[in-house]
Formats: sequence, C-alpha cells, structure tokens
Amino acid sequence: MTGCQPLLQLSGVSKTYADNTVLDALDLTIYDGEFLTLLGPSGCGKTTVLRIIAGFEKEDQGQVMLDEKDISILKAEHRPVNTVFQSYALFPHMTVYDNIAFGLIMHKVPKADINERVLEALRMVRLESFAQRKPHQLSGGQQQRVAIARAVVNRPRLLLLDESLSALDYKLRQEMQIELKRLQRQLNITFVYVTHDQEEALSMSDRIVVLNKGKVQQIGTPREIYETPVNLFVARFIGEINQFDGHVVRRIDDKHVEVVAEGADWVVKTDYPFAANDKVHVLLRPEDVRLTKPELAANTVHIEGHIHECNYKGKTLDSYIRLSTGTKVIASEFFDEDDPDFDYRLGQKVALQWITGWEVVLPYEQTI
Amino acid sequence: MNKQFNQFRFWAIGLATSWLALFVLVPSLMVLVTSFLTRDADFLIQYKFSLEGWKSVFDPTFISLLWDSLSMSMITAVICLAIAYPFVMCLMGLPQRWRGIVLFLLIVPFWTNSLVRIYAIQFLLGKKGLINEALQFVGLIDKPLDMLYSQFAVIFGLSYILLPFMILPIYSSMERLDFKLLDAAKDLGASASQRLMRITLPLTLPGIIAGCLMVVLPAMGMFFVADLLGGSKHALLGNVIKNQFIQTRDWPFGAALSILMILLLSFMLWLYYRATKMSNREGGINDSNF
Repeated sequence: MTGCQPLLQLSGVSKTYADNTVLDALDLTIYDGEFLTLLGPSGCGKTTVLRIIAGFEKEDQGQVMLDEKDISILKAEHRPVNTVFQSYALFPHMTVYDNIAFGLIMHKVPKADINERVLEALRMVRLESFAQRKPHQLSGGQQQRVAIARAVVNRPRLLLLDESLSALDYKLRQEMQIELKRLQRQLNITFVYVTHDQEEALSMSDRIVVLNKGKVQQIGTPREIYETPVNLFVARFIGEINQFDGHVVRRIDDKHVEVVAEGADWVVKTDYPFAANDKVHVLLRPEDVRLTKPELAANTVHIEGHIHECNYKGKTLDSYIRLSTGTKVIASEFFDEDDPDFDYRLGQKVALQWITGWEVVLPYEQTI
Repeated sequence: MNKQFNQFRFWAIGLATSWLALFVLVPSLMVLVTSFLTRDADFLIQYKFSLEGWKSVFDPTFISLLWDSLSMSMITAVICLAIAYPFVMCLMGLPQRWRGIVLFLLIVPFWTNSLVRIYAIQFLLGKKGLINEALQFVGLIDKPLDMLYSQFAVIFGLSYILLPFMILPIYSSMERLDFKLLDAAKDLGASASQRLMRITLPLTLPGIIAGCLMVVLPAMGMFFVADLLGGSKHALLGNVIKNQFIQTRDWPFGAALSILMILLLSFMLWLYYRATKMSNREGGINDSNF
C-alpha cells in the first residue's frame, strides 16, 4: 500500500512559542497513500506538526513541500489538505448536508456535482438518512463520521486527523479505528493521524513516527517500533517493558555478546558493536518473560525472584515479581488450559528466563 | 435550617414582589385607567370614561411623529452596529487580559450622568464647538457647520449614549463562538470574508439582535437627548409623552401614548425571545451534544 512516491516533505521545520521549543529541526517524509501516525506524549509537538501542514501555524524555520512544491507561503484555505478536528468543529447552524457541502461550495464546484458528491460522502460514512439533521441531534460517533465526510468530500491530497477518536468511548473507538482503515483503503488518500494512544497507533498505521520534545525518536512500521525500539523513550512509551541494567563481558560472535545483568550471565543478540565493559540496558516485553519453578531451571541461566502481586486480566495473567536484586519485573502469560494448576501464590519463588533473541539490548542512557 | 431558609425566601421574594406591585404594577394600571378618562383644564383629569386620548393616537400628525422617532432609533441602532461589530472583532484579537481592560475603559465614562455627557456633546457640536474650531483651524471649512439642533445631532447623541449596549451583547455572543469553527472553515477553503458571512455573522446573530433591541428600545424614550441636541423639531416618542404631561396637560393622551410605547417595546422583546429560542433550538453553540 505504501507507495514510494514522497507526497509531503518537512525539512528542518522548527517552531518556538515564547522560549518554548515545540519543534526542533524536524525532518519527515510522508509517502503517497500511506497511513502515518504521529505518536507521542502531550506536548511533544505532534499537533503542531499537523497545524503547520494544514497552514494554521507558520513554521519559524524550515520548508514544507507538497508534491515537490513549496507550500509554506500558501494560506490554509488554498492547501489541498483537510483536517478532522479533535472536537469535530461541525458548524452548529448548518445541517449535516450543508456541513459536508461547505468545502465544495467554497471551491465553486458546480451545483449538480455538489449534490452527487455530498450524497456519496454520506453513503460512505453510512449517514444517508441523517442529511437534514443538525449536528446537535447526532451522537458523538455520528458527529465524528460527519466530520470525516466533510473533510474527504473535498478529495484532499492529505487528510489530517487530530486525536479524532479520543472523545469516543472504548467500544466506539475500536469500531471507528476499523472504519478509518476501511475508508483509507477505499479512498486511497494519505492519512496523517495524531494520537497519544499507542494501541491506536499500532493497530491502524502503516508507519509510526514517535515524537518527544519536538524531535523524531523513531520512524518505522508498528512492528519495528514495538519489537526493535531504538532508545529507552520509545521502548517505554510503546507498551510495557522490563529493564535490566548490566554490562558486556565479552563478544561471542558478530551477532551475540555475553552480558552480566541482575547477577546472571546472559547471551544476548545485538547488532550494536558493543565491546567488553560497555554498559547496556537489556529490555524485555512482559509477554516474552518465561516463569518456571526454580528446580526446573536449575541447570540453565535464570534469575530468581518472588511473586509480589498477581493480576487476572481475562486473556492473560500478569505477575509482578521482585527479584533478589530488588528490581521489579512484570510477566504477562497466557493461560494454559491443560494446566489446572496454572496460578501463583503470593510470595512463591520463581525462576525467570527468556528465549535468546527476544530481548532488546540498547546502549546505556543517562536516565534522569 | 431548612425552615429558616424557607422563611427567608418568603420574605425576600415577598418584599420584592410587593415593591414591584406597589411601584410598577399599580402606577401602570393608573396610567392605563387614565388613558380612558376625560381631559380637564383645571384638575388635569375628570373621572368620566372617554376615548379622546386614544383617538389622538391615530392622528396622522402623531403617526408621522412616531415614525420619525422609530426611524431615528433604528438609524442609531445601525450606526451602533456598524461601530460595535468591527470593534468587537478587533477586541477578540487581543489577549484575554487586555479585553477586560478595554471593556472596562469603555464602561468608565458611562458612570457619569448621561445628562452631563449630552451637555458635553452640545459643546462639541456647537458653532464654536471643538469640531468646528478644529476643522476651521486646519482650513477644511470657512464657516462653522450647523450641526447642533438637527436630526444628525440627536442621532449622534443617541449613538454615543447607547453604543455600549450594542457592544456588550455582541461581545458576549462572540466570546461563546468556538474559534475552531473558523479554523475548520479556513481548512475547507473559506476566505476571510466568507468566514465572516457564513460562520461568524450567523452564529453571533442572537447578540446582534439583542444589541439592536437594547439600542432601539431606550432610544425611543430618551427625551432629554432630543431636547438638548434636537431643539424643538426632532422629537422622540419620549418627548411627545413628556410634553403631554407637563406642557399640553393632556393626560389621557399622554397615558395612551405611554401604553402604546409599552406595547410596542413588549412586542419587540417578544420577537427577540422568539428569535433566540429558535436559534437555540436550531443548534446553539453550547448544546453540541444530544
């Protein structure tokens, strides 16, 4: 789906409010037809990126290129870009029909075409029978769909969505995520979606851009972001992760090194050119942790700890383990239906292991 | 405690109600009754039923007077609107902190008695007033302009006195306008003038209507403005009523006029009530959710 044709290019874009740097020389390429998500905590600058692309804010420095043309000088009303706002921003004094027709009227589309295109947009979001309602007569999810229809009816080159699902309740949000993916495939429009919800980002995007403090931390497919985070921020922001600090003992081959962490010797897989005595972080997702009885692990490398807390999550059992070194670890295990004894007592002694290659090893970062 | 509160409520509401009944309802009824009595040269009124007072109301000379008064009030409203709306738009561009200060500065002069301020306008517009002197000084005119005691002067005075009553309702409706809507309109390709005509104006219409009413209604009655700035020729409805009671001493006619004015103003208030109710039902700004 992701074409190789770059559609929008931000290069060296900076933005400062008063003396607060929101964007710091940001470079970003958005490809034609992809679903790109800007993900980050609040205040990371993701909404500012959107507002600069839309033309609501002017960048202090840098360049915004669309189809290899500089659009920095273009006013918002002249950019082939449309936005779905967080608060929907539907015009309260107009019907659903008039809301959707607004952009077409502004662009002086012939009257006959307007009617046809508005009806098509209404059909697409399944709101044909609501054309004559006012926005306040619609539910939150319906208002959301009108907001999407109002934007896509203009056939923009780029659709910007600003935390568009955050006002909906959990179940509706899940439905709208699927709906958005469907619309994006059907329309073949490039979507740029802004969110602070990592689950949403993982399930919808072709590519994710993780932002923090106005800088790009990592760009990649959801899988790359989740499985091979490039730094501690990305690792911690996307999902839960366990962190063991240690140092390299020796290099085994070009893919493997031996690391001492939490009082045990581990063989870990890494692409970094670590040498002996380098300090490292070994990171492990809760679902990659293996817990066994200490006597079964006696002959293999393991760490021992005590069950501190157990959380029944329905699909999984989340156990909180305190290691003898004091480090806390979370393990998330699926129920084994063949094992009726699958449960832990609080305080029970367990051995913790994982399969080599499932861990992520990062160079040591000064943590504040 | 609840009982005490109930008692307090009884007395508070009771006192206000009796005050209004005694000093508003009873006098109004007296005016209503007076309008149906007979005029008397010595005792002002005779307690004898008559329709003479109401007959004078439909006299053509009076109807044209009423029309003059109404049109002057409406011109005043249009002038106030033309000044107030752009003013409020500029005001919204200021940071929140400054808006309060500007509005405060706008209100301050209105703590002075309006009669005093009308006298000041007299000095301003007079033959030897500030405006004429200034224009002569820069050489734009040779002879002083005849501005005082004209319809222009009356409308000038009314507009000056009533401008804040236009600004405040428009400001309050502009403040409730969701500025995301203007971003959305911009995003959909609307130019600045299209955003004004299709979004800002329709959504601040309740404020515009309220402002117009708050200018037109008092403007009809401000007899002292017409007395001081209009001379004898340019009377407002308030002047006619005042003259019936104090100079012509035709109390039934004056009373009938008062009742007519009350009815006229009530009708306009009812129109306003209907208009705002309609615009609320059709999607006010606050009830975005079901």
